[in-house]
Amino acid sequence: MSAPSPASARTTVLRQRYGAYFQPFYHGRLRALLFALVAMAVFVFGLHRLDVSYGRLVGGLGELAAMVVRMLPPHPGSASLAAVYAYAMLETLAIALLGTLMAAIVAFPLGFLAARNTTFNRVVQFLARRSFDTLRGVDILIWALIWINVVGLGPFAGVLALFMSDLGSFGKLFSEAIEAADDKPVEGVLSTGGSGVSAVRFGILPQLLPVLLSQVLYAFESNTRSASIIGIVGAGGIGLVLSEQIRTLELQQMAFVILLIWATVSLIDYFCSRIRFAVIGLRAL
Amino acid sequence: MAAPSTHAQAYAKAVAAKRHQLWVGLLLLGVCVLLSGRVAEVSFTKFFDNIGSFTSYISRISHLESGQWVLSDPAEWFWGWKKWLALMGETLLMAYVGTVLGAAGALVLCFLASKNMTDHAWLVFTTRRLLEFSRTVPELVFALIFVVAFSLGPLPGILALAIHTMGALGKLFAEVVENIDMKPVDGVLATGGNWLQKVRFAVLPQVASNFASYALLRFEINVRGAAVLGFVGAGGIGQTLLEVIRKFYYADVSALLVLIIGSVMVIDGLTERVRHRLLGQEDRS
Repeated sequence: MSAPSPASARTTVLRQRYGAYFQPFYHGRLRALLFALVAMAVFVFGLHRLDVSYGRLVGGLGELAAMVVRMLPPHPGSASLAAVYAYAMLETLAIALLGTLMAAIVAFPLGFLAARNTTFNRVVQFLARRSFDTLRGVDILIWALIWINVVGLGPFAGVLALFMSDLGSFGKLFSEAIEAADDKPVEGVLSTGGSGVSAVRFGILPQLLPVLLSQVLYAFESNTRSASIIGIVGAGGIGLVLSEQIRTLELQQMAFVILLIWATVSLIDYFCSRIRFAVIGLRAL
Repeated sequence: MAAPSTHAQAYAKAVAAKRHQLWVGLLLLGVCVLLSGRVAEVSFTKFFDNIGSFTSYISRISHLESGQWVLSDPAEWFWGWKKWLALMGETLLMAYVGTVLGAAGALVLCFLASKNMTDHAWLVFTTRRLLEFSRTVPELVFALIFVVAFSLGPLPGILALAIHTMGALGKLFAEVVENIDMKPVDGVLATGGNWLQKVRFAVLPQVASNFASYALLRFEINVRGAAVLGFVGAGGIGQTLLEVIRKFYYADVSALLVLIIGSVMVIDGLTERVRHRLLGQEDRS
């Protein structure tokens, strides 16, 4: 018997250390298979329970194809209607801008309350976080319905609805960004005798502002999309036009409005990313 | 000593230029805000005149018909819990089925939309535009159209969720695929593997946990979305919610909101735990 070669000695060591990796993965395979089976079963149960049948699907798809044919070519109907749609789109943008901006301004100080490293009281921090969660948990359409009760039908209710649900998401995002800030600059400011306020102003804010701005710009883009649907419940913007057209089956005009929404959102997306890169440079990449 | 002063001058100049830019930006923003305020019919007098009805609305939905506070008699508050829980279950199932369908679509399309997986630039371009369209048009708009084609019920809601999910996940998936390590791919190709084997053995192991994590995040978003699809007749708890809001059944409004927010929070917590485990696996490997 010769001494084991160095290679096989190393294999023995490896075997001892990582024994599990030298066995076939029956256990893991079985678990994955079981998981997939359960996921499939829930899916099939869902299809059954939600009354998704082959017949309905095929019939509906046929109907949908017929609708798509009737949508073509997209046409605004008349010049005056086109002006109405353009104004409704403008209203949508106005709702998105004001809602986003108001939420960002209000969420900014609240974010500091809800961040672990800048809050003055753990209870306040906890309560702030939970309030943000609740605000976010209520969908924007529900906020719109509630605000319509307060300020009546119209775009102002939409602004307030966007404000509420954005306040929740900004509060969460801002406080997370504050918690993620590097605290070395803060220590630096404090060690030179700066006050807590100057620690926030010169230690945290410079790190924070680009992040916040980028989040606000992202939100503005997605809010343009949200603002284009809140009209469905009567809170202003182009959603009202859209739901009316679907109800009256003015499909060509509807297709025109959908394209208008798509183009506007894409345009906003483009401008927001331009501004984002101009402000934060290529760091985000 | 000319150097320090020129440095100081240069610094002052750079700062002044930045400040100047900031003021111009703020001025532009201010003009936009004023215009938006006009277009969106923002009226602070209306707001402050009616803010009382917001607080009284909150107070009304937190009291039972008998005038008692809702928590004093939970059984009376949640009188319809059997029906409501079934509706909430239906909503969750809709979100699940929609997410699974959308994720499956995204899984197929993401490889076509990744520059490192597809040789044809036109295919990448077309797939990307398709994904972009599916996520830019709000799911509620799809739901409105599908309700006409497929008639009322959960089916149009599921399809709307699936299309939107496909667009959103397809983009994220493609970004993940474009950032993979290409060495395993070269390895599989060098041993004569075909396209499917390349995807299965070289790409999927690198991206699976990220894909699952994104899909779970999307599921969470879809639960929120599914809760309001009922507003346009596309199934789930939204229809009942809209009814009780419109008919001023105040205590029911709060009961349903609590049910929805509670479910969303539970789902949030669960998916977050699973996602942390998935991403933790990624870090270890």
